[in-house]
Amino acid sequence: MALESPDKLIAAMAEQLQQRIDNQQINNPAIVGIHTGGVWIASDLHKRLAIEDPLGTLDISFYRDDFSRIGMSPEVKPSKLPFRIDDRHIILVDDVLYTGRTVRAALNELFDYGRPASVTLATLIVRSGREIPISADVVGAELELGKNQQIKLKGPGDLSLEIVDVAPA
Amino acid sequence: MKQQHLQLDNNKRLRHFLTTEGLKRDLLVEILDTAESFTSITHQQVKKVPLLRGKTVVNLFFEASTRTRTTFELAAKRLSADVLNINVPASATNKGETLLDTLRNLEAMHCDMFVVRHQNSGAAHFIAQHCAPHVSVLNAGDGSHAHPTQAMIDMFTIRRHKQEFHTLSVAIVGDILHSRVARSQIHALSTLGVPDIRVIAPRTLIPAEASSLGVHVYHDLDQGLDGVDVIIMLRLQRERMSSALLPSEHEYFKLYGLTKEKLALAKPDVIVMHPGPINRGVEMDSSVADGEHSVILQQVSHGISIRMAVMSMTMQHDLHSGQDT
Repeated sequence: MALESPDKLIAAMAEQLQQRIDNQQINNPAIVGIHTGGVWIASDLHKRLAIEDPLGTLDISFYRDDFSRIGMSPEVKPSKLPFRIDDRHIILVDDVLYTGRTVRAALNELFDYGRPASVTLATLIVRSGREIPISADVVGAELELGKNQQIKLKGPGDLSLEIVDVAPA
Repeated sequence: MKQQHLQLDNNKRLRHFLTTEGLKRDLLVEILDTAESFTSITHQQVKKVPLLRGKTVVNLFFEASTRTRTTFELAAKRLSADVLNINVPASATNKGETLLDTLRNLEAMHCDMFVVRHQNSGAAHFIAQHCAPHVSVLNAGDGSHAHPTQAMIDMFTIRRHKQEFHTLSVAIVGDILHSRVARSQIHALSTLGVPDIRVIAPRTLIPAEASSLGVHVYHDLDQGLDGVDVIIMLRLQRERMSSALLPSEHEYFKLYGLTKEKLALAKPDVIVMHPGPINRGVEMDSSVADGEHSVILQQVSHGISIRMAVMSMTMQHDLHSGQDT
C-alpha cells in the first residue's frame, strides 16, 4: 500500500485546522502533542499555524489504563504545559488513532491541568480498530489495517511512515 | 547478591526496595528518571495521577517519623492509592513473632504495599522474605542499616545541581557509625560513579569497615572539605552523647560543625544537604542551613517524587506482557 509522505499529510492537516479555526472563530488556540510521535507532528503544526504560546507536550504513561498489565514505559518523560489550560481552545495532536485508549488517557491528564474551553483532536493517521468511542476532528489519512498490522511514525528528523506485521496476540 | 535477588522480580524489575546496596546503575538511574517525570505533577491543578488506583499502601512505622511518613503518604495519595498509617509502638516481645503476626493481619486485609520503618536492622528484609507474592515492601529505615529512599532523594538532588556524577567529590560529615542514611548514600554514590566519596567524623563515629566501602576517611573537617562539590551533613543523634562517644555538643560543633568559614574550603558552587531534622548550632550554623548553598528544603520536595517513582516501579512487578495503543 502506498503511503503519502507525513510532510504532505501534515500540510493538509494544517489547512484543515486553519479552516476550522476560522469557521468556528476560535481565538488564540494552543497546541499540545502526545509523546513521542504526536510531539513531532504538533511541533510542525505549531510552526505552520504560527501559534503564540509555546508547544505543550503530554506523556500519558501515568494515565494509561494498562499499568496493571504492562507497567510503565521505561522512557517516561515529564509533561510540559507552559500555559494555563483553563478556558483555552486546545488542539490535541497524536500520530496514530487506533484503539482510542491513548487519547482517553491524554484527555484525562489534560483535564487534571484545568478545564479547557474546547479540545480538537488532530491525528496524522486514523486506522481501524477502535475500542472506545473516540474520533478525530482533523485527519491526515485513514487506513484499514488488520489486527496483526501496525503503522509506525519514524522520526524525529525526516518523518516517515511504515507498516509492520506484528505477531498475533 | 542475595539482597539484589530479593529486591528484583524475574524480569529484573524492582519488586521490593530495601537497600541501595547491590542494585545496578541502570536501575538507580531509572528511579531518578521516573522521579523526574513525576515532578511535573506539581504543576497540575489536580495533583494526582491514577497509576495506583485501587491499591492499598500501608505505612507500617515501628519507630517515630514525621517527614518520611508524611512524604510516603503524600506520594501514595498522589498516585491515587489508598493509605493506611499504622504506628506500632516498640514491643518487648519476640520481634519475629510480632512482625509476622502484624504482617499476616494486614495481608488478610488485602494490602498491596508495606512501607516499613523499624528500629532493628533487617526488619524490612524479614518482611519482604515472608510476605505474600503480590505484596511489595519499601524500606523507610531499618536500624542503622539502610534508608534507601532518602539516599535516592539525595542522589536526585545532587543530579539536579551537578548533572554528572563521575566528576564529583562528595563529603558526608557526622555520625557515620549509626547512620543508615550514610550507608545507603555511600552505596548509591559509588554505584552511580562518584570517584571521591569522603566520610568525615571523629574516630568514635566511623565504622571499622568504612575503608572497605571504598570511601576516604577524614577526622579533620578542614582537610575533608577541601575542594568538595557536595557536603552532606548527618544529624547528630543526641542519645550518642550519653554513651560517651562524644564529649559535648559544644565541643562537637567546634570540631565538626559546618560554618561559613568551613564552607569556604569547598568549591565555590558547593551544595549543602541534610536529611533533616537539623540540630541548629550542633551540626551546622543557621547561616549555612538557611544560606545560598543550602538545598535542604529541595530535598524535602524531591522526597515526594522519589517515593512516587519507587512505589510505581515496585507495583509493576511480574506483570503479563501485551500492549495496545
